[in-house]
Amino acid sequence: MEMVSRVHAKNLVEWAKDRPEVLVLSADLTSSTEIDLFRDAYPDRFISLGIAEQNMLSFAGGLAREGFIPLVHTFAVFIYRRAYDQVAMSVAYPNANVKMFGFLPGITTPGGATHQAIEDVALMRALPNMTVVEAGDATEMKTLLPVVARHPGPVYVRSLRGELPRLFPESEPFQLDVPRVLSRGTDVALFSSGICTEEALRATTILKKKGLSIQHLHISTHKPFQHPSILEALSSVRHGVITMENHVVTGGLGSAVAERMAEEGVGKRLVRIGLLDTFSHGASKPYLMREHGLDALALVKKVEALVGARFGIGEKDLAEVRLEAVHSGSKAEAL
Amino acid sequence: MNPNPEPLNDWKTKAELTAKGIRRRVLEHTLRHDGGYLSQACSSAELFATLYLNVMNLGPAPQPIVPKPFPGVPSNRNLSYFTGAAFNGPRDPGTDRFILSPAQYALVLYAALIETGRMASEGLEQFNQDGSSVEMIGAEHSPGMEVTTGSLGQGLSQAAGMAWARKRKGETGRVWVFMSDGEFQIGQTWECVESLSHHRLDNLGIYVDVNRQQCDGTVKSVMNVEPLDERLRSFGAAVHVVNGHDPAALAFPARIPTAGKPLVVLAETSPFQGMPFLAVNAPKFHYVRFKRPEDRAPFEKALREF
Repeated sequence: MEMVSRVHAKNLVEWAKDRPEVLVLSADLTSSTEIDLFRDAYPDRFISLGIAEQNMLSFAGGLAREGFIPLVHTFAVFIYRRAYDQVAMSVAYPNANVKMFGFLPGITTPGGATHQAIEDVALMRALPNMTVVEAGDATEMKTLLPVVARHPGPVYVRSLRGELPRLFPESEPFQLDVPRVLSRGTDVALFSSGICTEEALRATTILKKKGLSIQHLHISTHKPFQHPSILEALSSVRHGVITMENHVVTGGLGSAVAERMAEEGVGKRLVRIGLLDTFSHGASKPYLMREHGLDALALVKKVEALVGARFGIGEKDLAEVRLEAVHSGSKAEAL
Repeated sequence: MNPNPEPLNDWKTKAELTAKGIRRRVLEHTLRHDGGYLSQACSSAELFATLYLNVMNLGPAPQPIVPKPFPGVPSNRNLSYFTGAAFNGPRDPGTDRFILSPAQYALVLYAALIETGRMASEGLEQFNQDGSSVEMIGAEHSPGMEVTTGSLGQGLSQAAGMAWARKRKGETGRVWVFMSDGEFQIGQTWECVESLSHHRLDNLGIYVDVNRQQCDGTVKSVMNVEPLDERLRSFGAAVHVVNGHDPAALAFPARIPTAGKPLVVLAETSPFQGMPFLAVNAPKFHYVRFKRPEDRAPFEKALREF
């Protein structure tokens, strides 16, 4: 599988080149949020606001009112926790054209509880006028940028940095409120988001070989959450639904799916994989994924419990899975 | 800044009359509704009069506007949403903008808009009525309002973003922010002042109603922010301390170039200026309410004397 380094850093510079209305706002985390190359390329469009996020978010709202497109960059926690009132009143309420790039989603950081954004989707989903998206791989982190910038109104982007896998081909860019149908099936519906999808693919690759029929959707838009393929997946499976998110199980993907199931009267079991109403702590990503049941093995166990069968899949089997970029079911190549 | 200010004596008299009119209207309203933000009108009447008549370079309102009904909330689906900015004249690169930071002063703003011919007096009849856009705590669709400031401390930051943008676009118009001294207890306020200073946003000016009062009592007793002038100067602002009831003194600092610094005019005011009988309410000035019918007497007398 292809690994791509510093996707956002390079892409932002190229994309923003002839867009003088695009500004980048920093809260002293320039290198850590991949806006260093932008700062160097377009210093007069880079606004340093320091460790003062509340001012930064309201300031961004003011810039947007004057026709600029501010791209706010910092760790997610400092956007939605520290400056929530400012996001709500200076950005969301007035439907301001501010795009917020929040880094370190969930347990992707050893920075501990203060740096791990575990309830951001829940809070941002609840805000009227807010669009909420999450990058799942290198392709998405690159291709969501023009979509997000073009979409009128405020957008919160759960962002990825550093070395990213390419799970999805560049020929299938991010589309707003369009899930990627990674496999079709009739036993179990699986919704995964962000970094969980890679782990989910490891599991589903082997589960399918063992005869399980899985409808697997990768979700990169948390709000809106309306695409017909969602209901299609919920309706067409025999045993039930599993959601898997790098987030608490409250208020995020699991809750969004539960809402749709309840509204549409889909009377099946729902299993929500994610942080079980707990904060995490400082440790490596694989360690934390193991601890919180966010890895392929944990998913296999949940599937087994849901369908009432054992597949005899071990860690070694999962580790040996080779993932290539997966075409979405909406394209002919996926068949 | 207004490039064509009227001769001092002419506009000063006008400002004093306007301030008197603001107090009278808010008093009348307070009596009619058995309560109101009366002391804010007492302290800031000259401030609003001076800003609207002399300091701010606003486009004209063609005639006093009658506020439209509540337009619904801002969203991509709501094409009929409007802000209250139209009352401050059309947007133009050369004209100024006004941001009311403590939205609780809205009643005083509405009275000021009527007194300066920008809003029809019916506007005040709609105050806090169901279905009206004339909200008690000014919303951004309320007359004279342009951003959402009911949660204190965000007005200045939004104005700072606007000021940065206007400078970048080469617009000569300034951004004026009305604040109250209590807001200097807020962390975000200081974050903003340091950013105004750091980014040299000298096209933004702040007028502060230093009436030394807040909900719980005097600012000094709740959470002291003095010495405000020294604190602001140390943060890089160009600070002037003036008598907040003297229109000429209020207007003067707006003409002094600040060379890269944000301007702050600290207007020292009294929460019962023009209504000395209000002094008995001390220390509770934030919202004037009549508990017993006999409490109304001095206010009714004052209204007659206006």
